[in-house]
This record gives sequence, C-alpha cells and structure tokens, in this order.
Amino acid sequence: MNIPENLLYSEDHEWLRVEGDEAVIGITDFAQKELGDIVYIEVETLDETLEKGDVFGTVEAVKTVSDLMMPLGGTVVEVNESLGDEPEGVNKDPYGEGWIIKIKIGDTAELDKLLDHAAYKASIEG
Amino acid sequence: MKKTALNAMHRQMGAKMVEFVGFDMPVQFEGINIEHETVRTKLGVFDVSHMGEFWAEGPNAFDLVQKVSTNDVSALTDGKVQYSCFPNGNGGIVDDFLVYRFHEEKYLLVVNASNIDKDWVHVNKHNDVSAQLSNASDDISQLAVQGPLALKVMQKLTDEPVEDMEYYTFKVIEFAGVKDVVFSTTGYTGSGGCEIYMPNADAEKIYKAVLEAGEEYGIKPIGLGARDTLRLESGFCLYGNDINDNTSPIAAGLGWITKFTDGNDFIDRELFEAQKANGVPRRLKGFVMQERAIPRQHYEVVDAEGNVIGEVTSGTMSPMLKQGIGMAYLDRPYWKDGSEIFIKIRNKTARALVQRPPFYKG
Repeated sequence: MNIPENLLYSEDHEWLRVEGDEAVIGITDFAQKELGDIVYIEVETLDETLEKGDVFGTVEAVKTVSDLMMPLGGTVVEVNESLGDEPEGVNKDPYGEGWIIKIKIGDTAELDKLLDHAAYKASIEG
Repeated sequence: MKKTALNAMHRQMGAKMVEFVGFDMPVQFEGINIEHETVRTKLGVFDVSHMGEFWAEGPNAFDLVQKVSTNDVSALTDGKVQYSCFPNGNGGIVDDFLVYRFHEEKYLLVVNASNIDKDWVHVNKHNDVSAQLSNASDDISQLAVQGPLALKVMQKLTDEPVEDMEYYTFKVIEFAGVKDVVFSTTGYTGSGGCEIYMPNADAEKIYKAVLEAGEEYGIKPIGLGARDTLRLESGFCLYGNDINDNTSPIAAGLGWITKFTDGNDFIDRELFEAQKANGVPRRLKGFVMQERAIPRQHYEVVDAEGNVIGEVTSGTMSPMLKQGIGMAYLDRPYWKDGSEIFIKIRNKTARALVQRPPFYKG
C-alpha cells in the first residue's frame, strides 16, 4: 500500500498536499484499490466555498458511486480536467496525475486535525 | 457463507472476494474493465458454481416442466437448451432459468443462485404429476468459458467435436480427462463460448486444465463484476434487477420465451395472453446516455418537463463503448428507439436515448 510520508490524510481516504495557502486533494491508493476501476469523476463545485465534510464531487467505479468529501474547509480553485477523459488516472497514479481538486485553504488550523502518514497507515490497518 | 469448490484457487489467484447471495465469490481478479475486454476479444473463465441445478425425471417430467415454464418445452429435442422463466401465479416471475433436455424423461433446470430455495419450493408445489425432482445444486460445479476464442480453445481438451456446436445445444462428453461432463454452448456475456457442468470433486482439475489450455491465447479468470457489465452490454435480464416477482415476462420483453402454442398450458398463461393482446403500461427498454453520466438501479426516468416516466433497473458504464448504458421500465410513449428520455442522477438530469440492446455487438 502506497502512503507517501509528505502528505496529510482524512479518515475518508483523501490525501492532501499543502502548497502555501492552497492544497491539492485526491483519494488514496487504498481508496482507489477498494473502489476498483474508476469510470467517472464528477466535480461541479469549482469556485464554491465549502466546509469540512461537505461533498465536493462524486467518484463512480463500475459498481459503486461514492461522495468525495472536503477534508477541510476552503474554496475550490481548480479541478483536474484531464480526469474527464481519463478517470482511470486515479487508479494509475492516485497521488500524481490522479489529483482531483485544488483548494484555497479556509482555516489552516483545520490542518492539525488531519492524519499524518503514520496515523493514516494505522487507521487502514485497523 | 457457502463456498464453491474453487474458493481456495480464487484466493490464491488474488481475487477480491465478496458475499453474493450467501456465497463467497470473486467479484474481480485484475479489474472489471480488463476482464470485460478479455472476454470480448479473447476468452475468460468464470466460476459460476453458485448457480442451482434441479433434475426433473420420469414419465411425467415433461408435464411438470411444461406447466412451470413459459417457454414451450415440447419444442426441445435431445441435446437442446431453452431459456425460460417460472411465472408465479400472480403474473410475476419466480426466476429465469435454462432447461436442458437429456431425453424425453430427463430434464435439467439451471436456476439463479439467489433463488434456489424459492424455486425448489415452487416447482415442488406444482409437482402434482409426481415427476421425480432432485436438487443437485450443492453437488454440481459450473464453469463458464466465454469469448470469441472459447470454443476453439476448449476443443483442445476433448476428442468430441465441440468447436462448431450450435448455440444453445449441449453434449455429455469426456472433457479434460473427466467423464460425463455436460458441455453446453450457452452463456451470459453475448460473446459466445460454453458453460461446463461437473461434479464438485472434478472442478479444480477442470478449472486448471481450462486455464492452461487458454494460456497461449491470453485467458483470464473473470469475476462477477465483469459478468454483470458483460450481460448488461448485451441486454440480458438480471433477476432481482430487471425482472422480479412483480414484473411480467411480457413487460420485460420476454414475450419471445412466453409461447402461447397449443398444449403449452403453463401457469399464468391467460393473464400473459391478455397482456399481450391489451398491452402493458410499462415495458423494459434499453437506453444509452448522451452525456457523461452513469445510470444506476432505481434512478428515476423523467421527460423533458421533469414528469416521471419510468425507473432504471440496471445501469453501468459500458466498458466497450465508454458510455453510460442501462435498462428501464418506461411508459408507452417512450418505447420507440430514439425516444428522448432523461435520467435523474443525484441533483441533475442527464439526457439519454432509448435503444434496443445489444448495446455492443462483438
């Protein structure tokens, strides 16, 4: 299971890479493996300001539909358009080409509530 | 949870296992899309041992099967297979199944795993002619080898000619060194191939032989996930989704297996005849999404004004077409190919066109 050390994680299996006052968000390697072949990513919240836990999009695998939840509050400033034609990018490279949105962080204090590499690893290994 | 004879092999091969109607079954091995494509272009092997098998034998076996089956069993000759369904006495469907005629007094009924107990009670309840019934579901394993190369590859495992067998026929043959294997040119994928029945004790041996014979052609083990996308792409009904205890075969587009021939006095015949003559309010139709969206079971179908005109029973992203496809019960004005409908997906509606399956012809 690939869990990069330089990222933060949510219990909903999203990862987050902080870049100044912005953060890039995607789903973890564990999540993409659980979902199986991803066939559709829908994000229609560009420019919207959302709170932690709000649904910012949906990911559809062949057999399932799952909500994507904000790991912290912020404004969606960019959506990975390449996933429109190639949603399988999330399966192939969940931490790279498979990134889903970029947000402007609302409150940096919320970053402290996210899991680090070790805590996320522990959470999925139960 | 019940296990098929191949459970340990699936785990060894890295299958992702799930519970499916009380059985521990592989939902996927490598990935649904790659498995789907392998069956469409080469061949794949499915463990479908969860399916149920009933024998009906004796001088009155025909009368019983004819009575519980909508199709005309008298049209069958030895070595032929027929698709049919059990009407439930109230105009609904107990299950859909295959009938194999071994000879005049011996029939095999192959039923869905989800309905084995219900079907068994049903056929026994209607057995007022004293046919000999036996439930062999726990003793028989079944493999489906499907794909354009399936029969050619299976020919390597038997001296009997199987490569040019007609669709929906079967033979009892020696296969991979095992005697009395039922080799049937049926399937649930729309890509051709066969279904093979054997005693549980021989399942592992035959499964290994099939994988080995197919290796040079790129055979893969296939899970239930791809079984569902393959059947839907070909427009085959799934019991529990597209048909159930409340749907009639006439509404489900199964009029072709509901035969009102002389002497075919099956349960609910008059009711279905009246439906055929007078029409039904909703019918099961296929549709293809015209925008990037995936329909799912129970999503509402609406017209351009938002009025509800139907309900989705099955839906997926077609791995071959890369388009959303599905089946839905629709009101009469929308039955024609090309009719414009809209699927309610979460907080929006997505445009689709009615299209008669198969959605993909491979």
